[in-house]
Amino acid sequence: MPDFSLNVNGSDHKVSVAANTPLLWVLRDTLAMTGTKFGCGAGLCGACSVHLNGELTRSCSVAVSEVGARKITTIEGLSPDRSHPLQKAWITEDVPQCGYCQSGQIMAAAALLMKSPAPNDEQITAGMSRNLCRCGTYDRIRKAIHRAAGQPSSNAGGAL
Amino acid sequence: MSPVSRRELLLGGAAAGAGLVIGIYGPRLGSLGMLGGKKEFSPNAYLHILPDNTVTIIVARSEMGQGVRTALPMILAEELEADWDRVKIEQAGASTLFGDQTTGGSASVRLTWDPMRKAGAQAREMLLAAAAQRWSVPVAECKAEKGSIKHEKSGRVATYGDLADAAGKLPIPSDPPLKKPEDYKIVGTHVLRLDTPSKTDGSAQYGIDVQREGMKIAVLARAPVIGGKVASFDDADAKKVEGVRQVSQIGDSAVAVIADTTWAAMEGRRALKVTWDDGPNKDLSTAAIWDGLKQSADKKDKKAVTLYSTGDVAKAGGRTVEATYQLPFLAHAPMEPGNTTAIVAHGGCELWSPTQVPQDVRDSVAAALNLPADKVKVNVTLLGGGFGRRLEHDYGVEAALVAQTMPGTPVKVVWTREDDMQHSPYRPPSLHLLSAKLDGSGWPIAFHHKVVAPGISSQKGFPLTNGIDPDIYTEGAFLYPIANILIEHVPTETPVPLAWLRSVWDMQFGFATEAFLDEVAAAGGKDPLELRLHLLREDKEIRFADDHWKTARLRGVLQLVAEKSDWHKPLPAGMYRGIACWGCFNTYAAEVVELTMEGDQPKVHRVVAAVDCGTVVNPNILEQQMHSGVVFGLSAALRGKITIEQGRVQQANFDDYEPLRMNEFPKVETYWVKNTEPPSGIGEPTVPPVSPALCNAIYSATKKRIRILPVQG
Repeated sequence: MPDFSLNVNGSDHKVSVAANTPLLWVLRDTLAMTGTKFGCGAGLCGACSVHLNGELTRSCSVAVSEVGARKITTIEGLSPDRSHPLQKAWITEDVPQCGYCQSGQIMAAAALLMKSPAPNDEQITAGMSRNLCRCGTYDRIRKAIHRAAGQPSSNAGGAL
Repeated sequence: MSPVSRRELLLGGAAAGAGLVIGIYGPRLGSLGMLGGKKEFSPNAYLHILPDNTVTIIVARSEMGQGVRTALPMILAEELEADWDRVKIEQAGASTLFGDQTTGGSASVRLTWDPMRKAGAQAREMLLAAAAQRWSVPVAECKAEKGSIKHEKSGRVATYGDLADAAGKLPIPSDPPLKKPEDYKIVGTHVLRLDTPSKTDGSAQYGIDVQREGMKIAVLARAPVIGGKVASFDDADAKKVEGVRQVSQIGDSAVAVIADTTWAAMEGRRALKVTWDDGPNKDLSTAAIWDGLKQSADKKDKKAVTLYSTGDVAKAGGRTVEATYQLPFLAHAPMEPGNTTAIVAHGGCELWSPTQVPQDVRDSVAAALNLPADKVKVNVTLLGGGFGRRLEHDYGVEAALVAQTMPGTPVKVVWTREDDMQHSPYRPPSLHLLSAKLDGSGWPIAFHHKVVAPGISSQKGFPLTNGIDPDIYTEGAFLYPIANILIEHVPTETPVPLAWLRSVWDMQFGFATEAFLDEVAAAGGKDPLELRLHLLREDKEIRFADDHWKTARLRGVLQLVAEKSDWHKPLPAGMYRGIACWGCFNTYAAEVVELTMEGDQPKVHRVVAAVDCGTVVNPNILEQQMHSGVVFGLSAALRGKITIEQGRVQQANFDDYEPLRMNEFPKVETYWVKNTEPPSGIGEPTVPPVSPALCNAIYSATKKRIRILPVQG
């Protein structure tokens, strides 16, 4: 199998895999970085979202041979200690339920904040609607992004 | 060592001074109706406190997003007077120590509330007694608080860890006093979930993340036609794929490609040539299934079984309103595709599985491999969603059978999304024939609901309950005390494998009943809320199957949702609303949906949901579950549909079976009644009211009734 050099979260890795292997499976199987999730294998759900040179990318739909010298950032590399503002906001707002989609959600949100540091609701919706959540955490995702961006958000509902 | 085996050791070691270990031998809690009367009597939960002051609470239910790894420990910690910040949890695998570990039926909190409280209280009383003994003071002068026992008169303090060894030697009180709700410090508070941090940095371990030394990955080719079998296969090309190690037929209807990596296994499967024997279902179609249901509805000789009857609907006079509703097959589509890792070695099998039924997996694997059950060990991982899909033991048995072909090697079976969508069991379709009679004032005096559908539990071979499919027997409670009611089920059969889906029959009964009630209101010239409140105006207890329901509590959530949604105030031009309510899993829920129409399709703007689920253990998780139920119900109502042509499921991935996305998710407001009733279910009860409230709102906008789901056709 051909060799590929990958820079993942600032570290260089050499992998020997079939050239058409999606980056997702190189991360998960070869490098044992399982935070990036397999959801659909077809670029539909966003569970496998990573950054390539800061660009939001579906790792299930990029072959390892297409990555080149681009720097890969996965959920494990977002911060060393859950200190990224989005991770802190995700914890404060208690966003995840099953949590399976949340690595992808956070990576999508991180890409959004790089482009729009203080996104409004429409920008959040536009930036996040390609990521599926089956548990219905969308409302808290929105609140957490506002929180990470340093903006207040409204709180609906509550006990009688 | 796994949590469970350590637990078992500690249980034996308690008397020898390993610490305080409490086994709760609670009362018989009854089985989940949804599991068709599967029963097991044994202890329910465990706690251990070690001399190093570690308080560990064992969670014997599966965490699939509903928050059991936080809510269940809170219940025990409350009675224990534990220091919540020091509580650790461990996930139990399949065991004989915890009673029925099935996670479903919105049952985790409601069925473990009493035993978990008792377990905490027992430990607290023993720690108090141990401290009193040590200090030679009356127990009544000691106080348990935040992980310590205090004797205020002398100022002495001992941590639970200090006292663990001594407490472990004392007798276990059989009837310890329980705290009063007004004294709760943990229960009822907004506690953050213990599993959240690990779900923000990729460290949370789901079944699909399991890694074992020397592990191989298997992907299976499955018969494309339901019930089809392998006729023959040619694995020459598959074996040419680098990394593919072995190709083996598994059972009658699948061929496994086992490889070094997931991608190699997938590529190997693509290269594999299988000739299928399509079997008897090669012409099966959803259209034919619907024809069959309609014929069963019409057949006079087909005996309907009575679910509930009072008065005489046939003799009741008055104006008749009739309608027929139908709901489609649905897939669960949890975000984590099916998987299980298994190793067969040393005359046993060990599995790591994201399962809602660890004990069923254990027993089914034992049967499939012809092993005694105690030679099968099932470890439960985090579940990337469940929704009922993981109440099936199929992934586990399949992984064990694949691993059996490679003894000594751990093998992870991974399903692709297409496998999940096309080879799963499905929520059954159902046909609902409804009729009502109205009196001269337009109020309903008779209600008749005939459900024609294949039973889930009966297809799986569970025994009937009082002659009725056990899930249908338990669910679908009609809570309006009308004088004449008849609810019947006409059981049918289908070759399509069936499964319990979140809220199960309540989603179907709830949609048909509450949408039809809107028709009844319109026919009688009543406001939909007014009609419901009128029917529920008297305080009555309704006995349905084995459950007791109160009209006052259903009325309460209707009044709450009406108030919070401003039901009596006009909406802006172009905005319309509908209301519905339902009771299931001992919880009462009411919802109002507000929408506009864009052409012939609705755009939902706001859902106001109110529940009465008794004591709220954690309002943070309650709100999550209410949101979750609403989005699950809306996804199903708007476009959830599995169809079959030529014996094959037509949908394959999230493009043709697409849950709601953020851009379609409405503003959801959640409210709940505060009371001290025992806690009831919350994972499912907000699902059933969504679809009728939605369709009632569409009627309000268009004067057209949606009687066939999904709304988008």
